[in-house]
Amino acid sequence: MHENKEFYPWLDAKQKPYIQIERVTKKFGDFVAIDNLSLDIYRNEFFALLGPSGCGKTTLLRMLAGFEKPTEGRILLDGEDVSSVPPHQRLVNMMFQSYALFPHMTVEKNIGFGLKQDKVPAAQIKKRVDDMLELVQLGQFARRKPHQLSGGQRQRVALARSLIKQPKLLLLDEPLGALDKKLREQTQFELMNLQEELGITFMIVTHDQEEAMTVSSRIGLMINGDLEQVATPSELYETPKSRFVAEFIGDVNLLEGRYDGSGEFGLTMVCKESDSAIQSTQRLDVAHGTTIWAAIRPEKLEISKQRPEGTPNVLKGKVWDIGYGGSFSTYHVHLPNGKAMTAVRANRERSLEKSITWEDDVYLSWAPKSAVILTD
Amino acid sequence: MKQFSRFNLISLLLGFSFLYLPIIILIIFSFNESKLVTVWGGWSTKWYAELLQNQGIKDAAWVTLKVAFISASVAAVLGTIAGMTLSRFGRFRGRTLFSGMIYAPMVMPDVIIGLSLLLMFVALAVDRGIATITIAHITFSLCYVAVVVQSRLSSFDDSIEEAALDLGCTPAKTFLFITLPVIFPAVISGWLLAFTLSLDDLVIASFTSGPGSTTLPMKIYSQVRLGVTPEINAVSTILVGLVACGVLLASYINRRQAKQRQADEQMAAQAD
Ligand SMILES: Nc1ncnc2c1ncn2[C@@H]1O[C@H](COP(=O)(O)OP(=O)(O)OP(=O)(O)O)[C@@H](O)[C@H]1O
Ligand SMILES: [Mg+2]
Repeated sequence: MHENKEFYPWLDAKQKPYIQIERVTKKFGDFVAIDNLSLDIYRNEFFALLGPSGCGKTTLLRMLAGFEKPTEGRILLDGEDVSSVPPHQRLVNMMFQSYALFPHMTVEKNIGFGLKQDKVPAAQIKKRVDDMLELVQLGQFARRKPHQLSGGQRQRVALARSLIKQPKLLLLDEPLGALDKKLREQTQFELMNLQEELGITFMIVTHDQEEAMTVSSRIGLMINGDLEQVATPSELYETPKSRFVAEFIGDVNLLEGRYDGSGEFGLTMVCKESDSAIQSTQRLDVAHGTTIWAAIRPEKLEISKQRPEGTPNVLKGKVWDIGYGGSFSTYHVHLPNGKAMTAVRANRERSLEKSITWEDDVYLSWAPKSAVILTD
Repeated sequence: MKQFSRFNLISLLLGFSFLYLPIIILIIFSFNESKLVTVWGGWSTKWYAELLQNQGIKDAAWVTLKVAFISASVAAVLGTIAGMTLSRFGRFRGRTLFSGMIYAPMVMPDVIIGLSLLLMFVALAVDRGIATITIAHITFSLCYVAVVVQSRLSSFDDSIEEAALDLGCTPAKTFLFITLPVIFPAVISGWLLAFTLSLDDLVIASFTSGPGSTTLPMKIYSQVRLGVTPEINAVSTILVGLVACGVLLASYINRRQAKQRQADEQMAAQAD
């Protein structure tokens, strides 16, 4: 979060969570879509749900909105059990993954629908709808019907419609997926502004981890109906809890090995890719010989032609492929046993001749504090 | 387009004439000047004018229209509810039985429907008349509405109802302002279908009618037994026209809906 650097309500024991999801299970017949999930979300949070398709993100949102009842467990909103409050009485709005625009109403009518239900005077509805139309840049489409809009435009109508009531909790199911990059970034920024201005608590489902990283105060990573890890974007990236998290968020090189006691730095790991033991500053309390993994982000791997000094963690390999990405280049390096590693290096110098090129023998190295050791 | 072979053309012509020749002859002879049905005496619309003088036929027409209008309207409401139940409530207990039962009148012989209704009315000691014909027509046309509505709902996006609820709309208002407007064309075409079915029903009406409640098809039938008159041809022509209009309108509404949906989907696919 750009301005809210000091916003960590979940670390403060005195803070009361705004939403409490308590040991919620949701079954569809025999199929367990949500599996004993607990989560606290605080006022003004921008909480992102990430996870592979079918892991239960939409189901969780639908329970918060009131369209599904938990099979077990309960959901508290501002301290009150809402498990049996019907959706039209919850002060929660949701933006649907399928947009769910009313096909027989114009864009204007769609956006104003929520206010009309609250018997807001017509003049005021008009004004607020106009404001919303401006926000989502759809002013000239006000009189169109949904089927006359493009996918991205429809998505913005759906977004405007869910925002207009300024609910206490706004659930967004992949709100920006159909927008182009520029419009998406703009809308992300607008969402963050809105959240600060209006004090709306956001819960957003997204497939775009970059988006989750940019907008959210915390990310919950879901798998098979449960939360694997809930953490701030940087915690999630730098200290993933498991291989699944490490691989899901960004790219990662994983080396499998066995725990070989605490060494000079914190622990040592023997693995077949490296002649000498790998060193890490992390400490672990596991038995000798336990299988562990070292996770190294591509940007933390140094790539060089000369054997680097000052780090015990060095692997030898051959450059297989180089991907030019503008501000950075990605090097795909094959180790002697065939394992592929990825290293990313910023293109600091403006030179078209690469010092390292295809088929070069190179060394990959990383500092003992740069890798994360995982046990799961 | 594929060229018609001679064989295809002939069989097509034969088929269509088999279907429509009698009706065309009927229509032509309704404009016959001569009183003799089988002798052509030149064009005339005098039998139509004569019709307007015939109180018996006018009464029967009025009864028929009343019955058709009321039964179609009630069937539209009940059929919509049934169609929604069938497509919405998933697998409730007895769903298969319910859907089987609702479609039964489509395949049941009219004579049996008529007879069973007659027996019921007699058992309940209900005076037979316009009311009983109407009830009988509701019974058998309801399932047609249900089928039309159900097929429309199969492509209905349930999440728009949820979106309305989510925005604070009560379930009742959601049905009225969101669901109904979207499925309305289907309800209308169901209504038209029910209306035309009621217009041309003879068998069930005969079983369930009482004195003073003769419908047009019944009237025509009883007159024909005394001999076909050009007047009957005229009234039949009008009936054919009405039914054709109803069926054409219903299929037009359905077609336009389908086209619209297709266009929407295409547009959505392009935009994404
Ligand atoms: N009404 C339902 N009946 C039966 N199974 C369901 C129902 N709704 C969802 N599921 C199942 O629950 C699981 C989770 O679905 P959900 O829609 O929450 O996934 P998701 O995480 O939102 O996926 P995506 O990223 O693809 O949108 C899926 O396996 C889905 O098939
Ligand atoms: Mg989903």
